[in-house]
Order: sequence, then C-alpha cells, then structure tokens
Amino acid sequence: MAKNILTEENFLRLHKTIQLNRGKKGALMPVLHEAQKIFGCIPLEVQKRISEELGVPLSEIYGVVTFYSQFTLEPRGEYVIGVCLGTACYVKNAQPILDKVAELTGASVGGTSPDGKFSLEATRCIGACGLAPVLTVNEDVYGRLVVGDVPGIVAKY
Amino acid sequence: MITLKINGLEVEAEEGSTILEAATKVGVKIPTFCHDPRLVPHGSCRICVVELEGGRNLPTACTTPVAEGMNIQTESKEVVETRREILDLILANHPLDCLTCEKSGRCTLQDLCFKYDVKETTHRGAKKCHPIDESNPFYYSDQNKCILCGKCVYVCSQLQGTNAIGFAERGFPTHIATPFNEGLAHSTCVSCGNCVSVCPVGALMPKSKEKFRYWETRTVRTTCSYCGVGCQMDLVVKENSVVGIDPVMAVPNDGLLCVKGKFAFNFINHPNRLKKPLVRKEGKLVEATWEEAYQVIADQINEIKTKDGADAIAGFSSARALTEENYLMQKLMRAVVGTNNVDHCARL
Amino acid sequence: MKSIQELEQACQRGLEKINIRLNSVDEKHIDKSDEDKKHKEKNHVMVCGGTGCTSSGCQKIIGKLDEELKKHQLTEEIKVIKTGCFGLCEAGPIIITHPDGTFYSRVNPEDIEKIVENHLIEGNIVKDLLYKGAIKQDEIKPFHEVDFYKKQKRVALRNCGAIDPENIYEYIALDGYKALAKVLTEMTPEGVIDEMKRSGLRGRGGGGFPAGLKWDFTAKAKGDQKYVACNADEGDPGAFMDRSVLEGDPHAVIEAMAIAAYAVGSDMGYVYIRAEYPIAVSRLQIAIDQAREIGLLGKDILGTGFNFDLEIRLGAGAFVCGEETALINSIEGKRGMPRPRPPFPAHKGIWNKPTLLNNVETYANVPQIILKGADWFANMGTEKSKGTKVFALGGKINNTGLVEIAMGTTLKEVIYDIGGGIPNGKKFKAVQTGGPSGGCIPANYLETPIDYDNLISLGSMMGSGGMIVMDEDNCMVDIARFFLDFTVEESCGKCTPCREGTKRMLEILERIADGEGELSDLDKLQSMAKTIKSASLCGLGQTAPNPVLSTLHYFRHEYEAHVKDKKCPAGVCQALLQYMVIPELCKKCGICAKKCPTSCIDGVKGKEVYVIRQEDCVKCGACMAACPFKAIKKG
Repeated sequence: MAKNILTEENFLRLHKTIQLNRGKKGALMPVLHEAQKIFGCIPLEVQKRISEELGVPLSEIYGVVTFYSQFTLEPRGEYVIGVCLGTACYVKNAQPILDKVAELTGASVGGTSPDGKFSLEATRCIGACGLAPVLTVNEDVYGRLVVGDVPGIVAKY
Repeated sequence: MITLKINGLEVEAEEGSTILEAATKVGVKIPTFCHDPRLVPHGSCRICVVELEGGRNLPTACTTPVAEGMNIQTESKEVVETRREILDLILANHPLDCLTCEKSGRCTLQDLCFKYDVKETTHRGAKKCHPIDESNPFYYSDQNKCILCGKCVYVCSQLQGTNAIGFAERGFPTHIATPFNEGLAHSTCVSCGNCVSVCPVGALMPKSKEKFRYWETRTVRTTCSYCGVGCQMDLVVKENSVVGIDPVMAVPNDGLLCVKGKFAFNFINHPNRLKKPLVRKEGKLVEATWEEAYQVIADQINEIKTKDGADAIAGFSSARALTEENYLMQKLMRAVVGTNNVDHCARL
Repeated sequence: MKSIQELEQACQRGLEKINIRLNSVDEKHIDKSDEDKKHKEKNHVMVCGGTGCTSSGCQKIIGKLDEELKKHQLTEEIKVIKTGCFGLCEAGPIIITHPDGTFYSRVNPEDIEKIVENHLIEGNIVKDLLYKGAIKQDEIKPFHEVDFYKKQKRVALRNCGAIDPENIYEYIALDGYKALAKVLTEMTPEGVIDEMKRSGLRGRGGGGFPAGLKWDFTAKAKGDQKYVACNADEGDPGAFMDRSVLEGDPHAVIEAMAIAAYAVGSDMGYVYIRAEYPIAVSRLQIAIDQAREIGLLGKDILGTGFNFDLEIRLGAGAFVCGEETALINSIEGKRGMPRPRPPFPAHKGIWNKPTLLNNVETYANVPQIILKGADWFANMGTEKSKGTKVFALGGKINNTGLVEIAMGTTLKEVIYDIGGGIPNGKKFKAVQTGGPSGGCIPANYLETPIDYDNLISLGSMMGSGGMIVMDEDNCMVDIARFFLDFTVEESCGKCTPCREGTKRMLEILERIADGEGELSDLDKLQSMAKTIKSASLCGLGQTAPNPVLSTLHYFRHEYEAHVKDKKCPAGVCQALLQYMVIPELCKKCGICAKKCPTSCIDGVKGKEVYVIRQEDCVKCGACMAACPFKAIKKG
C-alpha cells in the first residue's frame, strides 16, 4: 500500500486504546471501533495485534469484523467513484468507462486503489438515465460520458 | 420431576432438561443437525421443531426446557411440513452430488430427506460457491456442502479450545472460515479432526487413502494406543483394512480425539510396514525368521545381563503396537529381564 | 448532589431560568410578575438541533443568530438554545421563539437578520417565514396550537424541543430526577414494580411485552450481579423516535434506568446505541458525564446509599442487534447472533447475569409514570395498550415527522389530521407500520384505533413506530420486495429458515417484479412465509414475511396483475412497464428521440408521429421526462 496505514504510530495508538479497554468486559467492540478510526479499516495485521493484546482468538475477531457493516477489512478511498451499471447506462457503453476508471485509478471494482485515493463501485441505477452513462465521485455527478472524458475527470481529484 | 405428554404418551422428565432429552429418554426420535449435548445449546438448524399445544410458534426441542403439563407432538402434520420446508431450503443451497459424495450413507441430510420424502429442492436461485480448502494434510473443508449447523465452530472453541475456525460474514453469505480465508494450514488448527467427527454432512471430510462406502464397513471398538489417556474409538473397517476412525461418546474422551487418534492409522495397511523381523548382519539389516530373531535378542540380553546387570538393559516400545503388546513388553522387561527400564513413545 | 433538598433547590433555580418558555408549553409556571423581577431575559430562541435540522443547516443558523445578537448587543436579553427534535422534520430547520411560541419553519441563515431585527427587536413577527399552518387569515397561532401539535399528547417527547439537552439543570428544572428521588426515598423496589405493572406500560420497541412484568422477572431472578440495559439500536428504516428522545431529552432515559436499577437490584447499566447516531451518542455521553459530576450517577446517589452507573456501547451496523439477545451478544463483544429463548435475559442476559432490557421510548415514559402515578398513565390509551406512542410519519404524507399520540387514536386522525394527508392530490393506498416486521394496512381500515393488538390483527404490528404512507403510485409488490431485501441483507445468518428462506422469498418477488412470476409462486410465498414465521429463531425471522403476507392478503390483485397480465398497475416495476407515445398528443418535435439513450424512438421530425420500438426500449423514462407535451405515457 502506497499510503501506509500500518505505521508504528498507528499501532502505538492502538496499543494505548487496548490498554485503556483491557480491563473492561466485552472490550472487543470498543477496541474495534477505535481501530477502524485509527487505521481506516481493520486488516489482518491489526486484527492479529488486537488478538494478541486482548487475548481474543483471531477467528472470533475476524467473525465479528465481517459481521458488522461498519467494520471494513480494506480502507475505503478518499474518493468513492460510482459508475452506474443500470440498464440505460450499460447500453450506452458504461462498461468501457468502468474499465477505464479501473485502469486509470488502479482500483478494481469493489476495491480501492493502491494509493488509497479511489474506491471504485459499480452501482445500480442512480436514476439519471437521461444523462447516461453516468459516474459519480463522492457527491459530484458526471453525465453523458465517453471513454475519452474519464482521464480528465480522474485528474481533477 | 416434571410430567408432560409427548405424542400422547405421559413422560416424566427432570426439571431443566429439554424436550429433546425427555423424548430421547422414552425412545421418541427427534431429528437434529446442530444439537450436541456437549455444547451450549444454540438452536441454529431448526429441524428439531415440535408442536407445543397452545404455543405461538414451533419451539425447537433441543433448546426448550420441559414444563409441567406440556403437550407435545413431534411428528404432527405441521411439524412434518415445516421440516420438509427446511430440508427443501437446505437442499436449495447444497450440491446434490450424493452419487459421488464420500459422506453418502452416513449423512444426516441424506437420511432426513429420505425420511421426509424430500427428493429435490423446489427452489431455484443463488447458491454458494466457495473453493475447497485442501490445505490441511488430514482433512478437507468443502463449504459448498456446509449447512451452517455451527457444530464444527463450537467444538473447536468450546471443547477443543483451539478457535481455528469461526463464522464469517452474515446473512445468506455466512460461511465457516479461518481468519481472512487463509486456509486451515495457516490457521491455529491442530488437526484434531473433532470438527470432522461432528459434521453432519460432507463439508468436513477426512482425506481418505481408500475409496469406500459406509455401508461396506463395520466398526470395531478399541482403545487408542497412542497415549495413556485411553480414548475410546471405533475403527471403521472395510474388508480387512482400517479406513477411518470415529471417537466414541464414552469415558474418558467423550467423543473427542487428537490428531493421532483420529487420523494416524494409515501405517496399519502401509506397504512399508515391517511384517518380518530384520537382523543386522555386517552392518546391514536383513530379513530373518522369527526364530533367528528371537535367538539374537535372547543371546544379547543374556550377555549384557551377565556382564553389566539387568539395569543395563532398557525396553522401548511403540504406540503403534497394540496395547496388549505393550503390556507384554513391559512384563517381559520387568519379570523376565528384571529391570524397570521401560519406556514408550507416548510418554514424550 | 447529596440530598433531595439540593435537588429541589436546583429545580427551583432552573425553573426560574427557563420559565419564559413555559407559558406556552406547560401548565406549570411561576407567577409572571415574580419572574419579571428576577430576570431581564426577554426571549428564548429555540433552534432545533436534531439530526434532521442539523443536516439542513441549523448549525449555520445558530452561528448567524449569535452573530446578529452580538451585533445588536442582545446576548444578555435573548438566549439561543439548541434543542432536540421538534418533530415536524418536514418544516426544518425550525426556530421557535419564546415567550410567544412563534413557529418559524424552513429557515435559512439569510432570514436570521429579519427575525432578529423585525421580530426580536421590533416585536413584529416575520409572517412570511412562519410555518404555513401557524398562520390563518392573519391570525398567528403559537406552535402548540397548530394542527400538527394540537392532537398530540407528548409524554415521551415532552422535553424534546423544550430544553437544552446538554444542560442537566434544564432537565432538573422540569422535575427532572424528581422521580428518582421519589423512588429512592419513598418507595420500595416492589412498590416501583407494582406501579409499573399498574401503569400498563408495554415495551415500545416492537414486541409490546408488559414492562412491569419484565421488571418483576428481573427483580426476582437470582444473581449476584444484575444489569439494566437500554436498547437504543433503533434500526427500522423510517423510525427515529429513540434517536429524538436521546437527542432531545437524554436525562429522561438515564433517570429511568436508575429507577429501573433500583427496582430490580442492579448497580450497572448499559446503553447500546447505533453508531449511526453521532449526535445522540454525544448528547447522551454529555448527559451521563453531567449526571455523574453532580452525583446523580455513581455512588451514594442523593445521599441514599444507592449506587448506579452507566456505560455507552456502540453498535456497528447490524439491524439484528435490535433483537434483545443479539444485542446482549454484541455488548459482550460477539457477533450479533440471537440466542435461543428461554433462558430470557431476565434470567440470563449480559454475561449470563439477570438483565433488564427496555428500549429508549419505554424508559422515557418511566419518570412520568412514577411522578404522576400509574393511574394517570393508564387513563390514556385503550384497554390493553396504555399511554401514548410515538410514530415516525413518512412517505407520501404532507407532515413528515415525529408525532406522539394517545393509544387508540385512529390511523385516519394520525394521517389526515396530524399528518396533513397525502400530497399532490393523490389517493391513499396503504400505510405501512412496524417497518420490516410489519405490514401494509389498506384504506378500509383507516378508522382502526391504533394499539398493539389491533395492528397485529390487521397483519401488521406496532414495531418501533415507523408509519410510512403510500399512495396510488406505490406498487405493493415492490414495497414487499423492498422490505424483504432489507431483511435478507440484515439477517444474521444463524438459523436456516431466515437465512435461506427470506433469500428464496426475495428471489421469487424479484421474478414477479421482472414479469417472470407464476401463479404457483404466490402459494409458494405463502407456505414459505408460514415456515419462516413459525420456525425462525428470533423476532427478525419470525416477522420478516409480514410485509409479504399483508400485501398478498390486501393487494393480491396487484400480485396477480404482475403474474398473469405481466403488468405493474402502479407503474413502478421497470420490467413490466411500457413507454408509449400518445399519437393524438405528439407534436412530432423529435425531442424524445434525441434524448433516448438507445435510439429506439422512430419518427420524422415535423412529419411523422414518433413510435417507441419496445424491443429496444430500456425503460429509462428519459423520453417521458423530456417530452414538453406530455405525449408519452407509461403503463
């Protein structure tokens, strides 16, 4: 990961959080909430550390993290790009646009770019069929796209 | 004692016991997938639902405690319909490969579908799709066959204390997984195989060296010879060879085994197994007759004993020999040779 | 606070400070001439700081108010108070000024100058900023007399909008913690439980279990340690009353939990709250800290020797954790998978210790019941459902927001008199209550008095109090699909009927909506629903089929239209829609053809009427939106 989240500083913060919660019954959830805040996600290395310091089996932690939708295994990007794959967009060549975004950002569909900047999602119809094909970057909407527009849009962020 | 009625039959049951226990005691069979008397009741599979007079829903027999005056039907029309519906739902998300599935003949799902005449699923739609985890040398995990009864997870955490596997995700995508799906070989799994022993379907299966069907086998009760605990186990025997081992629900092991007891039986039929004695001649081990071998042993024991005394001799025997053989070996050392220098690999 | 006397003094002092607001709200107020002598404060400006108004920019409004008041050097005379939710979220951001009770709605920061200068300085109410229901032919009504509030009976919400939730003394001023003082000094635990039983209060989280009985079970359960817990994991889409109580009146919940702890013999409580409610979490934390600081939580409360403390635990995005045993697992740091009951939490709850678990709204009623008596509470409502209930009105209704009504009020009164009816002259079709566990009630049952049992007999349920109104443009198959989609997403995956069954039901509904349904599917839905209801482990599964069953029951003709005629009467299900040009209206302008993303509209500009080639149409609706002559219809 280009943007390293697994820094010593972050682990130190995690350690302090765990120290603070260690005596508490049912400390796992509060610790996971903090871990999600500190690292932006709860990847394997972080879960292992929590497991060791809190004395909770890794399999249980993994089960808890994947159960609750607010905990994520991978960081979400700073910008979430949604390419609409609703029917209207799809027939107007949304797929090549999606492919182009993936190529330019390095984020796979449902994943995040190596630098942590972009997350890419193929969304259901966002109801802007008149503008098809459409993509959104966080709150911004771009419509009537051709593949050639994609580099310009990505470059803005 | 509490009095209740099960299928019209008056039954006495201890306070705090479950409907399932009360029924079992009087020989009424209620089907289960997820129940295991050793585990904290969790009521996941719902196949053991029964009809309780005056009840709003169908309670599960495995979790509901008996109460005075209960009137219970275990195979009423509604119960049977519900069980059929549940089986239908399970089948909708289960490969129907009984023809080649190694669990066939000993699969609870197969047995219950037979019992309730569920031939196939009436549903179509999404099915789970997981890669088979073959990373463990002794058993494999095929989550596509898993019915999520949860027994493997709870046996691993509550009885074995290893916590190698757990539930991952939620809802329809829920599955049993090692952390980050990294595979059993990368988990804390100690290969005890207790999860394999409790799996009601073919999701967790021993890697078998030999093809066999359960109906071709018979079982032979024996005591595990690997260590001094004395675990009870059943050898699964096809023709004249051991093809599997099951733990027995008895003292002292209560249905559990370790990796050796559960899986380390392949030496029995192994082609490299010594069947004739070898005697070292000019630095090389050569096949000999039993008479010749005994002569060598007797001569050398006598020689050492005369020269250095009995305590210069020690006997070391193997866990892979029979318990009786081990007994005889130590008897020979103590009574005939005259030394207490005996040892055994299980002590290590 | 070490004694009852101290509490009473604080109450008196507080009352003097907020008296200016009470003339319009409460029957209780100090003689005005007295009050005038003590305080030079002229106005209190209440700005709603609930979640709804926060997202529509109340923070900016408060900033602007402060700025304007500073400019005019009025900060001493006019106080700005950020309150909890006023309930009428439709009209947000909301400002109410006291003592006159003027009700401003949809206020923009630019309007503040006018309000300050014209109203607060000059005394002329800014009429064009008033809530539309607060002015009738130049007669200006104070907020509590507008239709939306007039028919309401606010018990659980009584302080929401009336006090600053971040100031414990304002709560104390309105008899806050007096109920706790009363139980600690005048009542035995048995007496408290008896009062609760007699009040007839039933759980407001959905199930409607008598609260007093729950308290009794927990009190009688054996255990060296007991816990009192509050379920604030409000997850029904469209329901937000618990959030509003915590945002507007957090101390009511804290006080109630302390009372409950005294009654059942506990000294430790947990509030399990959704992490999606950041404002509620922070206000509750502030409230806990303040209560602890002045000794209303902690050791030896009010010098009575009673100990009780509270901790907040956050959810992490799992609807099922609203189920009590799943919530307990989550507090323990586990996956939120429900446990079989029995054993009930009253016997084996958090860490297998006896645990009393009620939801926010239930607790919010408790201090009032103790202070005013069980009879007062039981006098409101119907035979089996006492007191009031808060509903979150939403969907196709004019007054979206929170309303609290006495049980027994009819659906019609809530929807038409309080809710203001259906917008845009559309026809009412159904009201959905109880969220994903409830059902859709059609028009011919609108006269039904709302209570637990009536709603259940209509195939729906009270649930936590969501009330979504639907008009003729809503497709009931689509609504059923929407709710089931939610349940499938939120099922914990533990038990077979819910995990596998709801998924298969959803797949059937999706096929029906796609025009691939068969008549036998309807029977299949019904039989699966029966199994899932009777065999699922927890309330989520046991009620998940309700939206399907109730729509199948009341709107079977809509399902049949989808299946037999391959038509969606409401025009919602995309796959069953056809867009068509109405030849008589078509002006041959060609705009539709230009907008069509698949170029499936043929015609010649100025010469030929345009025609949509159905086989290529993707039913995006762009043509219909673009046509200036309304010459395109769908159906």
